[in-house]
Order: sequence, then structure tokens, then C-alpha cells
Amino acid sequence: MAFLDFANPTRFLRLANPAIPWLGGVTLLVFAFGIDQSMLAPDDYQQGATVKIMFLHVPSAWLGMLGWGVMTVASLGTLVWRHPLADVTAKAAAPIGAAFTLLCLVTGSLWGRPEWGTYWVWDARLTSELILLLLYLGVIALWRTVDDPSRAARAAAILTLVGAIDLPIIKFSVEWWNTLHQGSSVFRLGGSTIDATILIPLFLMAAAFTLLFVTLLLAAMRNEILRRRVRTLHLMQASAAS
Amino acid sequence: MTPLSAILVRDMRIAVRVGGGALMGVLFFLLVVTLTPFAIGPDLALLKRIGPAILWLAALLASLLALDRLFTSDHDDGSLDLILMGTAPLELVVAMKGIAHWLTTGLPLVLAAPLIGLFLNLDAPAELALVLTLLVGTPALTFIGLIGAAIAVTLRRGGLLLAVIVLPLTVPVLIFGVGAANAAVIGPVSFGTPFTVLCALTLASLVVGPFAAAAALRQEME
Repeated sequence: MAFLDFANPTRFLRLANPAIPWLGGVTLLVFAFGIDQSMLAPDDYQQGATVKIMFLHVPSAWLGMLGWGVMTVASLGTLVWRHPLADVTAKAAAPIGAAFTLLCLVTGSLWGRPEWGTYWVWDARLTSELILLLLYLGVIALWRTVDDPSRAARAAAILTLVGAIDLPIIKFSVEWWNTLHQGSSVFRLGGSTIDATILIPLFLMAAAFTLLFVTLLLAAMRNEILRRRVRTLHLMQASAAS
Repeated sequence: MTPLSAILVRDMRIAVRVGGGALMGVLFFLLVVTLTPFAIGPDLALLKRIGPAILWLAALLASLLALDRLFTSDHDDGSLDLILMGTAPLELVVAMKGIAHWLTTGLPLVLAAPLIGLFLNLDAPAELALVLTLLVGTPALTFIGLIGAAIAVTLRRGGLLLAVIVLPLTVPVLIFGVGAANAAVIGPVSFGTPFTVLCALTLASLVVGPFAAAAALRQEME
């Protein structure tokens, strides 16, 4: 069993090991440039400097949803092809996505305090984002409850696919319900309603966040593969000893 | 008797006999509702306003309570293996078990709701709306719960995990259930709008629940 299972992860490690430091470097560069541009961006005429929170908030919201998207695709891979790398991807993506979702909620509420006058409102988008965080934590809890990784992967995959129903609810919550959270203004029919001086730093930050996500995901996947190898070695040692 | 009706009858028989605990859910439901006035004070006007929400929350927690033994007891005594090896489609068997579970835990909640609503000072239209929303909504809770019960079937401490993974998924049902019950009493939207969405959620969960739960059972048991 061992050689067949490790066949693809080995090829993955051969690609990932040299890529991770490079990706990390590029991430740092884009972050430096993006933060610089964000600081240079003009203050909003109403919000003042608070608008700069958006440069963290919006990308982390996107990445929080992308994390579940990655897990959904990986879960299909787990259930349909039984691909071991898909299990690893789904497991590695969960804590990263949860962290971005938490970041999105925290930055959002810090922005909400001066602008809306409250840290939190029970509005459709905020609530569905909170549910996304709870779903992430549920999946992580499931991963940590089942001791056999491949069985945990299949259970988590089913939960991930069912939870994916929450993604479109978050995306469209601002259009379906009349919420305090503003409507979509970056990607919309008829072009963006955001000025280029804000939009360019926003996209730079989004690119930096995405690179960070990819770097962290690859590193977490590498760690998970190594962790599984250690586990297999332990099991082999234990069975050899008995 | 076909295999499916046999499973329905068997599950209901197990639930109402000694150790089944079919009426435990109703007792829990009553307890949660009784505790609420102690927590928020016996203000009848306030209780009337938040009554539907309290009853829905209590129903949600009560339906969660009995979920963990839905597949676990079958797994412990080996009958789940027989069901998996049987010729009846697993999805339909799971759906039948869900129906049996709803008839023994969900339906008693719906029947007890008008009586318990009296404690919360609900008037007749509110009671009617509440019973209708619970009647339509509790099957959704059961069938979403099926997924969690199937995922947690082989786990030693599945009960807590079950709650953690099922509760986020039931949020839309809770939103539209309470929304419809409130809309009937205070508005501003008409009762029909949230109620139709609640019906849609239930119908969707009737399809998604058995398929996802059956898939989980197949994966867990091999």
C-alpha cells in the first residue's frame, strides 16, 4: 500500500519544496508594494483613514470563501478519485480558510465600530460569514476527532460539500436581502464603482493575500504529508515490534 | 411487508419501547421553555414577542438531542451492517429511518407546541403559525441531522461533534421558521414569503439529507 499511496505526494513534494521559499519571497514583495500603495491611497471623504481597513477586510473575505472553494474541489477529489493529495489539500486548507474568515470578521467589526456605530449587527452577510467560520471550526473538529486520516477525509469531504451551500448565500446575501452591509461594488455589471486610487491597492492586496494563501497551503500540505509519513513509519515500527 | 416499511415499523417500535426515549425530546422541549422565563424574567409582553423564537430554539435543541442514537445503536448491534448488505437502496432506508425518527421525536414536539405556547402567552394566530412552521420545519431539522448522525456514527464521542457540525447547517431553517412565525403575528412581510422558503428548505433537505447520509455511511462502514 505504502508505495502506491506515496507516489503522487512524492512528486508533489519535489515540486513544492523548491517553490515554497520562492512563493514566500514573492508574497513578501507584493505585500510590501501593496501595503505601501494602500498607505498612499487617499482617505475617504466621509470615512477618513478608516477606509484603509478595507484593504485587509475585502481580500480576507475573498480568501475565506476561496478556502472553502478549494476544500470543496478537494472533497470531490477525495470522494470520486480517492486521491490522497486531495485529502491533504482539504485538511490543510481548513485552518487557513478559518484564519482568513476570522480576520475578515475582526477587521469588519473594527471598521463597523466607527462607521456603523457598532462592532456587530445580525445582518445577513455578517451572519453567513460567522456561519462560515463555524462550519470551518466544525470541519476542523471533525478532522481532529477521527484518528484514521483517510476515513476522516471522507467524512470531512461530505460535510464540506454540504457546507458549500453556504458560499452562494454569502455571495448573494447583499443582493437577496436589504442589509446594512453594502452591496457588491468591485465586481458588478457596468463596471466597478470604486475609484482607481482605491481599486489598484485593493487588487494588489488581494494578489498578496492570494499568494500568501497559496504559500501557506503548500507549506501546510507539505507538513501534512510528512506527518502522515511519520505516522505510517510509527505504525510499521509498532507492527514490526509486536 | 416491504423492507422499507419493515424498517419504519421497527424503528418506531424501538423508539417507543423501554430505552427508546421517544418522549424525552418533548420533556426537554418543555424544560428549555420553562427555563427561559427564569432567565429573562416573567414579563408576559416580552415573552409573547419572543415566544416563537424560544419555541423554535427549544425545538432545534430537542431534535438534536435524540439524533446521536439514530445510527449508533444500529451500528453497535450490527444491524447497520445488515442494512448495508441488504438489497433495499441505502438512500431510501436512510430516508425511512429519518421519517421514523421524525414521527417519534419531531411530531410530538409539533403536537406539544400549542400547549407550551400557552406558557409564553401566545395568542391563537401566533399558535397556529407556530404549529404550521414547526410542522413544516422540523422534518428539515431531522433530515439535516441525518447527515451529522451518519458522519459521527463510528466515533466514540460523536454526540458533541454531531451538535458542532449540524447546528451551523440548521441556521437557514431557524431563520425562516422564526421569520414565518413572527411574520404571521407582527409582520411586516406576509406569512407566505418566509413560509414558502421554509417549505423549499425542507424539500431540499429531504433530498440532500438521505443522499449525503447514505454516502457518509458507505464511507464510514467499509
